[in-house]
Amino acid sequence: MVKQAAAGRPNHLFRNLNSKIASIPMILVATVIFLGGTIWTVFYSFTNSRLLPRLSFVGIEQYERLWASSRWIISIQNLAIYGILSLIFSLVIGFMLAALMDQKIRFENTFRTIFLYPFALSFIVTGLVWQWVLNPEFGVQSVVRSLGWTSFSFDPLYNPQIVIYGILIAALWQGTGLVMCLMLAGLRGIDEDIWKAARVDGIPMWRTYLFVVIPMMRPVFVTTLVIIASGIVKVYDLVVAQTSGGPGNASEVPAKYVYDYMFQAQNLGQGFAASTMMLLTVAIIIIPWAYLEFGGRKRG
Amino acid sequence: MADIGTLNRTAAGFDAVADRVASGPRGRRPRRALSPRNIMLYGTLFVAALYYLLPLYVMVVTSLKGMPEIRMGNIFSPPMEITFEPWVKAWAEACTGLNCDGLSRGFWNSVRILVPSVVVSIAVASVSGYSLANWRFKGSELFFSILIIGAFIPYQVMIYPVVIVLRELGVYGTLTGLVIVHTIFGMPILTLLFRNYFASLPVELFKAARIDGAGFWSIYFRIMLPMALPIFVVAMILQVTGIWNDFLFGVVFTRPDTYPMTVQLNNIVNSVQGVKEYNVNMAATLLTGAVPLIVYFVSGRLFVRGIAAGAVKG
Repeated sequence: MVKQAAAGRPNHLFRNLNSKIASIPMILVATVIFLGGTIWTVFYSFTNSRLLPRLSFVGIEQYERLWASSRWIISIQNLAIYGILSLIFSLVIGFMLAALMDQKIRFENTFRTIFLYPFALSFIVTGLVWQWVLNPEFGVQSVVRSLGWTSFSFDPLYNPQIVIYGILIAALWQGTGLVMCLMLAGLRGIDEDIWKAARVDGIPMWRTYLFVVIPMMRPVFVTTLVIIASGIVKVYDLVVAQTSGGPGNASEVPAKYVYDYMFQAQNLGQGFAASTMMLLTVAIIIIPWAYLEFGGRKRG
Repeated sequence: MADIGTLNRTAAGFDAVADRVASGPRGRRPRRALSPRNIMLYGTLFVAALYYLLPLYVMVVTSLKGMPEIRMGNIFSPPMEITFEPWVKAWAEACTGLNCDGLSRGFWNSVRILVPSVVVSIAVASVSGYSLANWRFKGSELFFSILIIGAFIPYQVMIYPVVIVLRELGVYGTLTGLVIVHTIFGMPILTLLFRNYFASLPVELFKAARIDGAGFWSIYFRIMLPMALPIFVVAMILQVTGIWNDFLFGVVFTRPDTYPMTVQLNNIVNSVQGVKEYNVNMAATLLTGAVPLIVYFVSGRLFVRGIAAGAVKG
């Protein structure tokens, strides 16, 4: 009787106990690392930590120094140019390749394998290959010159004005295959009947794509956009491998700025402030998306 | 191009009607293989494929040439005499700093990092995904949401707190530390993958096992695990390529003598001292890229499925 009474009402906390124990790693990662770590970094970005984090607050001084630094300004400009162009080009190229692949072609698997294989390679490998291909002494430039066009000049990795486009070429080579795959999945999700209806109405193919299919693929486009965008903000290895930020500091990016200040220059406060700015950039991209994606569903 | 395509199809329709009237052979007339539309289509695809294949070709060709030939010719010409010396040198002799034992050291470091990281991260994430799909508790969805949002936060924001945590645990700079880091940052995508997969299995299976008296772990090991083998393969592909290709965590969380292959490769190629040996560099680059490339070519469709599962639902 006594035992039964004791076991009568199961304790709320111990219900589903095994599941809770199994989820401890996930809970710890979510709260301590992702939530706690982010808050910690933002918090310490208001201190003047140098070699070690310490709690002496200096207000927004780190941010003032950050925005006064020419290297940071260059990083942000590079990120903006690289980001906008790589968004546009990877969406356009990715979609066009997907549209071509969707014409019931032969050897579809072969083409897909070819377009996607760079995605399996790391940014380090990508950067080093393109460093070699774009090498002005031996690469594309010298080959074109040896064909007779001796004034041809294409040395993006040695020209501070256009170095970021050299990185963009490599990044597009690596990443468009993924976009193509996502777009192809989206195109395959379009009902065959839509195509038949458009054909019956005599609408030319390009107009069907532009005004019917692309609007229907809105969710795919939005997801792809978010994936590319969050990858853009993280771009680091590619720059390190291809140019190490050079020539000078013409191809610096924010992620490299953060790493250099945190682990090389031993100026943690600057690193934290810069990484907080990166977080802010991501938030500007993610929050509207999350609102549209999840907030809208609740309303509907 | 598009108009011609439509015309062809309409023409084929007329043909079909005519055929039916004559009660001849049924079905559409086969389209001509060399129509302008097809030439455009395959031409464009072929040019694009060339662009994608070119760097791989250049890598292979350069790595098989000797240095004098590289200085003479252009990077696209095939090697006049094939030499495997650069490969040997890249693997066993190339120098980083004071060590001159080539990329082999980085390769074995990467293997030592890869195996436990893949096993641990998949084990942890699959159990988390399973409990999220089948054993929800109060707050589990909230933690999961934080996890997924966390996947979008740049690593640079969380990397220093992780350094501190690992230092407090006494594993900063060790293999264990790096395994933990890979487990942490692989968790959002893998948990999502497993959660969605387990949620898509028929719930009757789970209920039947419950009625038969199976608990959390026995359902996981006896029912879920055997059924989830394909998704385990997808997760493995994702993690093997991801961890092998990692650079940032390798730089931050290891010491020079335990650097993974990518970091060592970058140090070899971008070292400032010494004469640049482009053929050795390209052989080293190919060696580093070989593992994910082999995984990619062997796994084929599963690789696509893996990134699609990771990407579309993310």
